[in-house]
Amino acid sequence: MLSRVAENLYWMSRYLERAEHTARLIDVHLNLMLDQSPTSAVPRWGRLLASLQIPSTADVGDVYGLTQKLTFDLSNHNSIVACIAAARENARQVREQISSEMWEQLNRLFLQVKGASMDTIWNAQPHEFFHIVKEGSHLFQGITDSTMSHGEGWHFIQVGRFIERICATAALMDLYFSQFPDSQDQSVAARNYLEWVGFLKSCTAFEAYCKIYTASLRPGSMAEFLLLNPEFPRSIRFAADMIQAALHAIAESTGTREAGRVNRLAGRLRAALSFGQIDEIMAGGLHAYLEDIQRQCAQIHTAIYQIYITYPIESALAL
Amino acid sequence: MAILDTSAQHVFKPPFTHYGLDAAYDEMFDAEGMPRPHYQALYQRLLELPAEELRRRQQAADLSFLHQGITFTVYGNEEGTERIFPYDLLPRILTSGEWETIERGLTQRITALNLFLKDIYHEGRILAAGVVPRELIYSCRHFCRQMRGLHVPRGIYISVVGTDLVRLADGRFVVLEDNLRVPSGVSYMLANRQVMKRVFPRLFSNYGVRPIDHYGQALLATLRALAPAQRPDPTIVLLTPGVYNSAYFEHTFLARQMGIELVEGRDLLVHDNLVYMRTTAGLRRVDVIYRRVDDDFLDPLTFRPDSFLGVAGLVNAYRAGNVALANAIGTGIADDKAIYAYVPTIIRYYLGEEPILPNVETYLLTDASQRRYVLEHLDELVVKAVGESGGYGMLIGPHSTAGQREEFRQRILANPRNYIAQPTLMLSRAPCFIDGQVEARHVDLRPYILYGDRITIVPGGLTRVALRRGSLVVNSSQGGGSKDTWVLYE
Repeated sequence: MLSRVAENLYWMSRYLERAEHTARLIDVHLNLMLDQSPTSAVPRWGRLLASLQIPSTADVGDVYGLTQKLTFDLSNHNSIVACIAAARENARQVREQISSEMWEQLNRLFLQVKGASMDTIWNAQPHEFFHIVKEGSHLFQGITDSTMSHGEGWHFIQVGRFIERICATAALMDLYFSQFPDSQDQSVAARNYLEWVGFLKSCTAFEAYCKIYTASLRPGSMAEFLLLNPEFPRSIRFAADMIQAALHAIAESTGTREAGRVNRLAGRLRAALSFGQIDEIMAGGLHAYLEDIQRQCAQIHTAIYQIYITYPIESALAL
Repeated sequence: MAILDTSAQHVFKPPFTHYGLDAAYDEMFDAEGMPRPHYQALYQRLLELPAEELRRRQQAADLSFLHQGITFTVYGNEEGTERIFPYDLLPRILTSGEWETIERGLTQRITALNLFLKDIYHEGRILAAGVVPRELIYSCRHFCRQMRGLHVPRGIYISVVGTDLVRLADGRFVVLEDNLRVPSGVSYMLANRQVMKRVFPRLFSNYGVRPIDHYGQALLATLRALAPAQRPDPTIVLLTPGVYNSAYFEHTFLARQMGIELVEGRDLLVHDNLVYMRTTAGLRRVDVIYRRVDDDFLDPLTFRPDSFLGVAGLVNAYRAGNVALANAIGTGIADDKAIYAYVPTIIRYYLGEEPILPNVETYLLTDASQRRYVLEHLDELVVKAVGESGGYGMLIGPHSTAGQREEFRQRILANPRNYIAQPTLMLSRAPCFIDGQVEARHVDLRPYILYGDRITIVPGGLTRVALRRGSLVVNSSQGGGSKDTWVLYE
């Protein structure tokens, strides 16, 4: 596979995952607003901006303006429309590599969000718009899995999606756990209950969490679930498993000698999460742990570039 | 008993009420306003279908193009740079007899043009014999010195050709121009067919239309024929200028149809006169390049040094015989509009045959007496710049202003070699679905010719339509659209 193609597939997937994540966060927060007390709105939106790493220069009380900035503002490269446009632009450059169905779905989603305007979604049901984005992204993933060969290109798509997911989930967790220092073994305080529900819902984890731990929200259990659960597709461990498996498959199909390095990095991350204990992690400081995970993801990203995409010509000719 | 009054203007039934016949050949109706036999079934179907239903199908077709992203890029237009190529719902139909003439004529013409290119870049016999003037060749912008004496694989210079045909008032097809460099539009031919099958499935299957879907496979076989003999399992790639090129959709479409890599200049590199592409598994040797990049941009070391679209060193690898290019470099010499005037002579010279498809009468402005005639009749003629394509740089006499004619007069006098003139042609007209009605619009036809082991032409081609009423310009950049083209078995 062409290096440029691998790069396009990787970013196509990352951008779409980012758009989906942002849409879910906004949707959850708009929903929380229905129950808000006068004091809760500002920190909530401040948190949302911080988790998306957007400098909160904007007026966090202006929900309309914020939603506009996060959804339609093309000067914000991480706005939903900008991300979907970027995903589509990457897909457009590799149209012959992805299935027609994938392209049509992504193109349709792009046309839908581009055709919408802030006023129309705000005056109707904002929820419906964000639902379209999330559903569009899910549909794209389903179409990808069922119409594209699960070969090298598909694995690059997997890597992109799950690296993005780890980064987003880790950033969100970090914020909530540092802002609500509830005791980790007890149910969260009643005044914070809705905020934690919002946190789980931002990771589509509320229902899945309740099935295992019941509706009693304990910070330690929530951290354990989103960090270490091997079965939940939005947990960090699940994503690390996927990344490692995909990189392993890519190394097999390319037969690249250098691949050992990136496989080692992915394997190390996976192992740490597979054998980690939540009480040890919490005792050692969750913040530092999450930062380390994000740093490891950045290393994996860099190694992928060095080995598969921007390798020096001299080393390739020497083989 | 009533007597039919045939002298009166024929009155058409809905949805043909806006339909009119004029001096141009009408593809659907004969001079009496009766549908031609091969259009009879389509005519009946259109009488039966409610206008609303036709409109619904047109919308479904447009949406299908938009969702598939079958778009082209309009230059110099910031807003909405991606547009769908307007698609007309109604097919253009050719009988097997009509097609047979076209097929034989094009095969003859392309064979001769290929021999001409080989001759020009080697012995130059046709020049020595004085059949084609030497200065015409050396003054052509597309003549490429670097190609002299260079042996191209199998002696095939023009692997992929699109030749534009128009139909005159007497029903004869004539050749308007040849596109021997990087002809485009074939993806629209294929996409139009796919949409047509969705929109009119029953009509289509009852009509007995010859398939065109094997074009991708035929193109691949054509490219494979160019691979160096010692490379039994050649790597073939399609080189695109990239996502901002107006034909980018087509490049992705063809690459997928053939199952080959779509590469950009930055994906390729040349080392020791071998061409490689950069893959995730390291560098991989490339044997055949179907290039959709113009000559000027192919290799910054040989041609334009400011090109980012090409590959440095590609021409040396080509010269060394390590890579094949389709089409070869420098083929533009044979589709220069001044050389065009000599194609009938070229056919007679190399093949000893009379041309099957005639040329349009062409005035060469380098000839003093022809130039005088043209300058006196600018209001009747069409003047074209010899190296342009896509409908740019043209004067259409009958539709021009005195100012435009004066401007062209000055330009012709300043550089007569750069222009030719032709009579204004009455392109044939075909029924099109316009604003809920069926109306007649001017059309041309571009069949696609492949030259590999042998010459292959998929039955049909791209029928382009001048959608503006009365317009004779079919180019997509100038408000043209296209329609599916059916060649019948019987």
